[in-house]
Amino acid sequence: MFVTSAYAQTAPAAPETPAAPGAAPAGDTHAAPAGEMHTETGAAHGGEHAGTFPPFDATYYPSMLLWLVITFGIFYILIKNVIVPRVGGILENRNGRIAQDLDEASRLKAEADAAVETYERELATARAKSHAIAEAAREAAKVKAAADRSAIEAELAEKLAAAERRIGEIKTQAFTQVGQIAEETASAIVDQLIGGNASNEDIRAAVAAAKMGA
Amino acid sequence: MANDPIHQFQISKIVPIEIGGLDFSFTNASLFMVATVACAAGFLYFATSQRALIPGRGQSVAEMSYEFIANMLREGAGSGGMKFFPLVFSLFMFVLTANLLGMFPYFYTITSQIIVTFALAVLVVGTVLVYGFYKHGFHFLQIFVPSGVPGALLPLVVTIEIISFLSRPVSLSVRLFANMLAGHITLKVFAGFVASLGALGAVGIGGAILPLLMTVALTGLEFLVAFLQAYVFAVLTCMYLNDAVHPGGH
Repeated sequence: MFVTSAYAQTAPAAPETPAAPGAAPAGDTHAAPAGEMHTETGAAHGGEHAGTFPPFDATYYPSMLLWLVITFGIFYILIKNVIVPRVGGILENRNGRIAQDLDEASRLKAEADAAVETYERELATARAKSHAIAEAAREAAKVKAAADRSAIEAELAEKLAAAERRIGEIKTQAFTQVGQIAEETASAIVDQLIGGNASNEDIRAAVAAAKMGA
Repeated sequence: MANDPIHQFQISKIVPIEIGGLDFSFTNASLFMVATVACAAGFLYFATSQRALIPGRGQSVAEMSYEFIANMLREGAGSGGMKFFPLVFSLFMFVLTANLLGMFPYFYTITSQIIVTFALAVLVVGTVLVYGFYKHGFHFLQIFVPSGVPGALLPLVVTIEIISFLSRPVSLSVRLFANMLAGHITLKVFAGFVASLGALGAVGIGGAILPLLMTVALTGLEFLVAFLQAYVFAVLTCMYLNDAVHPGGH
């Protein structure tokens, strides 16, 4: 370790400290004879272990290990028995809550979907029904219109026939009266023109002749 | 000693305790182990005391670290490894808090002590061994025998696997220890340059700007390293635990 050698140069005078009371079991540079340990116990207590790079100074290894075991042991027990159940509980609670909310949301969505489906179905039924009603009404109206038309047509035809008949009557009546009118007209014209009375026989014959010539 | 970059790792006794010839004194390192545990456990405890459905900032951080490690462990060792979650979470929080506390000036960095990181690494590998043999018996030894290796190569591969397994506690502990140690020494050296150059007068003060900038940049880097090493420690722990849970899995 380069640091060690560098440090050794800065403090070359530092003597290799005799083993402190707690010479490490790890048999480091410090391992001193057991007898020396006893004799040095009092004096070495305040001794700076300046000669050794502190992390490799085995003197304090037992102390380090003991306090590490105590502190880390307490920490582990706290974590295992308090922190982990608590944080785990919080997270589980939250996940449960989220899952519950999601379930609720999906239930509501299903309900809404069902409502929409019902609505759609009823709408379709109503539409079909209204279509049927409209169809029936249209059919009825068509039938009624056709009936009305045929009735009116029949009436009109009847009226037409009556009118034609009447026209025919009037025509024949008129034809029968034409001769007489012509005779009266001719008698009146003759009266006006020659002032003499023409016999009815003559006039009638003349009219008949004119009719024949016409 | 003020400029000595090693001085910060010096251990001093606060309450001398000696049992059976071994020194179990309460030292400054012990004090910062206690501080680390108090900070990490206190933060996790009080941040989550509300048990809020909608987390506040502190609770968010606590939950985030919980889920971060939980996902890491689930991906690394599968759902069978989740029984080790308290262990991995403790290790991660302990190492992370210790690293971050070490960033305070005059604070002791307990992860810069090889014995601390080595003990944590031994804890991990020991857990793997104990659980592996307890759960799978001698089938646990399958981790040394990768499947699909030709018979002729098998002795070589098994030797390599055993060596790599044995080196795990060393690599796991030295990685964390060396990163923290080297980072803190570098910081101290550059900061020391600022002080020494500044003492030289006007030219020195001008020249001290560079190491000052370096110190600022390194401080940022060290915060990254503090998190990264805790993360790496936790990831590797998950991978090693995977061997204990699924010995034939690779």
